[in-house]
Amino acid sequence: MTVQGQNAKGALGVETVGMTMRFGGFTALDDVSIEIRPGSFHALLGENGAGKSTLVKCIMGFYRATAGQLMVGGQEVDIPDPNAAHAMGLGMVYQHFTLVPSLTAAENLVISRADAPSVIDWSRETAALEAFLDGMPFRVPLDQPINRLAAGEKQKLEILKQLYLGRRFLILDEPTSVLTPAEADEVLGLVRGLCEAGQITVLMITHKFREVTAFADEVSILRRGRLAGKGRVRDLSHAEMAAMMVGAAALPQSAARDGAAGEPVLSLEGVRAIDRSGLKPIAIDRLEVRAREIVGIAGISGNGQMELMEILAGQRKPAAGSIRVKGQPFNARRQQARINCVRYLPEEPLRNACAPKMSVTENIGFRTFDVNGKGPRFWLGMRELGRNAAALVREYKVKTASLESPIAALSGGNVQRAVLARELSGEVDLLLISNPCFGLDFSAVGEIRARIMAARNNGAAVLLISEDLDEIMELADRILVMAEGRIAFETPGGQADITEIGRHMAGHA
Amino acid sequence: MSETDLGLWAVPLAILAGAIRVSTPFLFVSLGECLTERSGRINLGLEGTLVFGAMAGYAVAYESGSAWAGVGAAALAGIVFGYVHGLLCSLPKVNDIAIGIALMILGMGLAFFFGKSYVQPVAPNLPAIGLGWWSESPQVRSALQVNALFFIGAIAALGLWWMFKSTRVGLVIRVVGDSSDAARATGLRPNRVRVLSTAAGGAFAGIGGAYLSLYYPGSWNEGISSGQGLMAVALVIFARWNPILCFWAALLFGGAGALGPALQSVGISQGYYLFYAAPYVLTLLVLIATSSPNRAMTGAPGELSITK
Ligand SMILES: Nc1ncnc2c1ncn2[C@@H]1O[C@H](COP(=O)(O)OP(=O)(O)OP(=O)(O)O)[C@@H](O)[C@H]1O
Ligand SMILES: [Mg+2]
Repeated sequence: MTVQGQNAKGALGVETVGMTMRFGGFTALDDVSIEIRPGSFHALLGENGAGKSTLVKCIMGFYRATAGQLMVGGQEVDIPDPNAAHAMGLGMVYQHFTLVPSLTAAENLVISRADAPSVIDWSRETAALEAFLDGMPFRVPLDQPINRLAAGEKQKLEILKQLYLGRRFLILDEPTSVLTPAEADEVLGLVRGLCEAGQITVLMITHKFREVTAFADEVSILRRGRLAGKGRVRDLSHAEMAAMMVGAAALPQSAARDGAAGEPVLSLEGVRAIDRSGLKPIAIDRLEVRAREIVGIAGISGNGQMELMEILAGQRKPAAGSIRVKGQPFNARRQQARINCVRYLPEEPLRNACAPKMSVTENIGFRTFDVNGKGPRFWLGMRELGRNAAALVREYKVKTASLESPIAALSGGNVQRAVLARELSGEVDLLLISNPCFGLDFSAVGEIRARIMAARNNGAAVLLISEDLDEIMELADRILVMAEGRIAFETPGGQADITEIGRHMAGHA
Repeated sequence: MSETDLGLWAVPLAILAGAIRVSTPFLFVSLGECLTERSGRINLGLEGTLVFGAMAGYAVAYESGSAWAGVGAAALAGIVFGYVHGLLCSLPKVNDIAIGIALMILGMGLAFFFGKSYVQPVAPNLPAIGLGWWSESPQVRSALQVNALFFIGAIAALGLWWMFKSTRVGLVIRVVGDSSDAARATGLRPNRVRVLSTAAGGAFAGIGGAYLSLYYPGSWNEGISSGQGLMAVALVIFARWNPILCFWAALLFGGAGALGPALQSVGISQGYYLFYAAPYVLTLLVLIATSSPNRAMTGAPGELSITK
């Protein structure tokens, strides 16, 4: 079912007919019929929680649809589990990487094959893999463990793996959310080429209209579990697609900047640390964020931004240097954060800012559960926590089946909103943010950016670390570029020159 | 020749001989633990498996008259213990460390219960191979009496290393141990792989136990194990989950264990008993030296509950 499929060139078409999926009383998909023609590049759009991942998981046999049929290559089929889908030539690249981190690329490829030999002759397998890669438009180093590859290379390898397994219908769930724009364009361009060659059909879930316009032929749009629209990409404008996604709801406006910077709130001096790999040094000589100011840190991922955030959040100990908040030494203790009103929105909030198996209510209560007015408390005020969570969920439009469901069951975007709701409630003097809009739909992006701007206008000092240059350009009062663990460049936000920033990001200054 | 002829060489020789003799149970238990942990579970019950294996091996060797039958019985008992651990841990919301501790106590309890009547009888011993034929000295000859199980253990270490690198079974175990999600996405069933790995790991620990009762010290009693089953956990961490490094680490621990007796044998009569604590001190030092608050342990299987 795998290797022989490689020769049988020919993209597969897939069609869902009246697909419905209920989780208990909650309808995540409601009578969705879409047709993906063989050889086409089909985009699937929708707000966070619209049911996109649920739809493709039904196609792949992860969930059994409550009702509806699936047609593959024009035939009605039954797919009870992912193995059955694989056998038919359907493959999926997940929102999160599914490569095994400690195995090399070659080991990952060979073991993913259903017919992997029981004794592996590495010299033969390597030769076969090289031959396979020679026929592909892109390649990755085979002998490196996955955890040493950059995000873009991992994503390429995920796609290569699907082709190696002879898949002829490929689902990509937000394939570019972990890639830089240049990496994204490269990968999608290559995938597009494979579609044009008639080798595969692609169904891509994305939040980026730009990618839809640049690479897709057709688009289907989900809204609250229903098919809200479809058509050829050529015939649709961004505004029309956006309107179909959100329905009648008003589109968020970006907030105006208001007021000038005040006193310094956060200041770093001479901070030294070692990066994740333990090899490269991080050196921040001087960094200051003032009240009513957003300082944006741009940079390509892996240049020390993640470590900087970890230092500020107390997850990583600096080897030297001082960190001060409002003039006082700060080492991210809970007490200090509370007194100084320091709040965090780290990246991958499910991992870095949540207890995944605890309920939405409990997660939203993490800042307040142990205080009663000003003093500490012993007994939890469950009713008050519940009321508080319900109010924030409503205000921040967090979509959840119930307040009691574990926060890990929420869609990616909604986890982000729940954490933001927790962190922005109450008084905020210093806000530390890292990639706040990864994986969010455009209306959520607009809303979150507006909230960040509102926090700034209310007097908060904001440090915004982001790989999305557009985000930095839109929000920051002052832009810093981080490269190779240092701050390589600084420019005021208003008159920033994007090509110059790009040059510093790439490390050629 | 007499002792004085060897002079100070007696100490390193005694340590080397002791290292080989003492290391074998360390080697087997750590290989078993390594295999189990590579699949993403930790089995603290191996101490109990070791003691039960020592009893079962001794009993069967005595009853059947064959030491090798005893080794087989110990391995079988280990498989049963490992299998039970694996199955219990596959139940939802069950913690592998808690089950391991429970099984450790159960294994020792059962061994003492069934082993009461075997404290007196004398069972046949496992054969040793003399590697000292080239030497005139009887001391060298006796020091280089190496048990067959030591060689089997060394070959098993190489075999496991090869298995992890070049066989489907080995890769499957590594995939499951490193990422359950990735394993499921490849269509593997992580729990099944873990149950089988734990069972196989149990067999190793059982054999380690048989070595204790059938060769060195070579009799069955309730104090037969001095915690080798537990120290093997530290040893696997020290060896970075690599079977070949497990071999060298076991030799090192064995050597530390032989320090006290070696010093005693050359007539140091004071304070040598402090050196009996060497393996335990070494365990502590190893754990401290290899820990780091900032870095994840290199080589640690991603699904392991202690490193996650
Ligand atoms: N296993 C589940 N149990 C209960 N509810 C679920 C489950 N999986 C998804 N849901 C709910 O179904 C809805 C659709 O979720 P889905 O993951 O398909 O959204 P999505 O469109 O992929 O969103 P995102 O863009 O944020 O990834 C959400 O409201 C989610 O909370
Ligand atoms: Mg999704």
